[in-house]
Amino acid sequence: MAHVIRIGPYHPLQEEPASFLLTVEGERVIDIDVQLGYIHKGLERLAEQRTYDMVPLLLERICGICSATHSINFCHAVEDILGLAVPPRARYIRTIVGELERIHSHLLWVGLAGHFIGYETVFMWAWKYREPVLDMYEQLTGHRQNSALPQVGGVRRDLPEQAFPEVRRTLDALDGQVEMLTGAVLDDPVLAARLSGVGVLTAEQALAYGVVGPTARASGLATDVRADEPYAAYPELDWKVITRSEGDVFAKAVVRLLELKESIGLVRQAMEKLPPGPINAGPLHVPRGEGIGRYEAPRGEDVHYVRSNGTNMPERVKVRAPSYVNIPSFRASCIGQTISDVTLTLAACDPCYSCTERMAVVRDAGGGSEITFSDLVRLGREKTLRIARELGRKPDLDLEIG
Amino acid sequence: MGHVIEHMFLFLVFPGLLFTAAVGFLLQWGDRRLAAMLQWRVGPPPAQPVWDVAKLLGKEVIVPEQAWRRGFLALPFVALSAAALAATLIWSAALQIDVAPVGDLIVVLYVLAIPALAVMLGAACSGNPLGAVGASREMKLILAYELPFVIAIVVAVFQRRTLGEEVVSASTLSLSGLVEFQKEVGAIIARPSGLLAFIVALLCCHAKLGLVPFDMAEAECEIGEGAHIEFSGALLGLLRLTRALLTAALPVLLVTVFWGGMEQSAGGGAVFLLKVLLIVVIHVLIRSTSPRVRIDQAMRFFWGPATLLALIALLLAGSGA
Repeated sequence: MAHVIRIGPYHPLQEEPASFLLTVEGERVIDIDVQLGYIHKGLERLAEQRTYDMVPLLLERICGICSATHSINFCHAVEDILGLAVPPRARYIRTIVGELERIHSHLLWVGLAGHFIGYETVFMWAWKYREPVLDMYEQLTGHRQNSALPQVGGVRRDLPEQAFPEVRRTLDALDGQVEMLTGAVLDDPVLAARLSGVGVLTAEQALAYGVVGPTARASGLATDVRADEPYAAYPELDWKVITRSEGDVFAKAVVRLLELKESIGLVRQAMEKLPPGPINAGPLHVPRGEGIGRYEAPRGEDVHYVRSNGTNMPERVKVRAPSYVNIPSFRASCIGQTISDVTLTLAACDPCYSCTERMAVVRDAGGGSEITFSDLVRLGREKTLRIARELGRKPDLDLEIG
Repeated sequence: MGHVIEHMFLFLVFPGLLFTAAVGFLLQWGDRRLAAMLQWRVGPPPAQPVWDVAKLLGKEVIVPEQAWRRGFLALPFVALSAAALAATLIWSAALQIDVAPVGDLIVVLYVLAIPALAVMLGAACSGNPLGAVGASREMKLILAYELPFVIAIVVAVFQRRTLGEEVVSASTLSLSGLVEFQKEVGAIIARPSGLLAFIVALLCCHAKLGLVPFDMAEAECEIGEGAHIEFSGALLGLLRLTRALLTAALPVLLVTVFWGGMEQSAGGGAVFLLKVLLIVVIHVLIRSTSPRVRIDQAMRFFWGPATLLALIALLLAGSGA
């Protein structure tokens, strides 16, 4: 007998708001459905109410991990409208920031992957190693997470070169730690037994679903925007695209671990070769037009679309984060597996729900009532007053309801 | 009447419920503290396991609408009483309090299976689909580990030694009989058959305690605590208390059956405690260095290598090794 079990809306793995409906027969999953719409933030709409200089600061907040990704990519899209070449120093700075972000994002995933399979020691160790990466980020940009560096035409501030020696030392230490972690994962027979052959996505399926990033590279597709449509300093640096052919969860872990090493090398080289010169193109006027930005986020290709009407604010900003194209591939990789394997497979593409979030429209839900913004304000105030009344104290709001 | 009060005291206070719970909480704290050290964390203060349960006991119990109410409410008590009874019998043998019935080894094995069964039935009563998945995993796990566990214990029963001209055999189904036997001829674990059986029994206890890699019945990341998912407040507290009792009772059982039990002296008590601690440390090391396996992998492990090892131990014991 088939019945439906629900993973979510508070995802038990990632403590994020997404819901997966698994139709199961015993432990075998025979169908999967994804429900989003729990945390729509309306950031695209908000971006249309900010000037070009302000939007990158807003888009940093799309994702808790990929902050540089979205702000740099918005700049890519606007620079596409302008047909602008960014100064070399700014390109290198963007590379350093972007790769540090990839390092901490991949370490975060390795830790979470350990947590998903009940291997808490890996969880704690990976996150312990991630901490100095965030410290480096802070030393270089002033903040652990949101650098506020990217700006249309370059970057907002220069990197403090006096911090480079210490960052290099931290990178050296990190190199050894990542090597140890990679070795520990690759050589662990129990991990291999648990993860190999689980949630296989073949190269054909990966192509058909159009998956991106490590999810595609673990299935043998060598797709990487950094190599396919080079931006920032990547063409001038020495690195390689990591691929694996197995397509299972183990391959996805291996790809990410090996990419960590490439990213550490990239940060080192970019700091070494950091050219002198201006860090941005100065004040700009964005003409009428359309632009596309592509960027290799830690989870895969991120695409931004910007339409300008000649004013100082974008007319339309559209974000397509990598998880949005990776999540549908669950239909290929999950059906037929057991619940234990499906939960691992769901996590293996490192889904980011805030990036993926779309507005959910409920059609014909009955009632036909529509709630406007002023209704929401009124309901909120009523609730505040009711709580105050129940607690028997004066309301914090000094407002009339009307 | 005095007899009843004495037995109630044995069951509820010493060495049963209260005493075992206290030891169990201490061992759980040690377990958590050691795991924390391995994971670069600080770990909880000594009283944390007590507070965890005390907090739960004071909280509201929510019974799901679709649950079978009576079963759902009763089964945590069944689990707890079974664990307390098993603990009483095991400690009585270890401390050589002369109350145990003849053949208490069989009773202990039987009673030790009840907490897992109760949790499984409770989950089935809850009416939650994730609980049902947890229950089915728990059931498969019980089926998997009980066979090698029983064989491993039987190895101890089949031990025999040649002392000069005389052949001494354990051939007893009483825990205190096994302790007597080991006093005479030395610990069972010192022989190859005993060591093998001890290892198998230890792994089965690991699964009985629901520790990683055999925690798939709860698997918080997959099925959100699975079998425990609908239990809340005091009921969940009782299940936690059951777990604490087993945390103390199972290592004591292993030491009693395989490792000579307790010498009746101050030093003997200390050595006994060290042996129990060593078993807890092994549990912590196993659970900190392995990922959760799938239920089919666990079953294959217990029915395959584990049972095979237990059978080899049995053959060795039969041939006197």
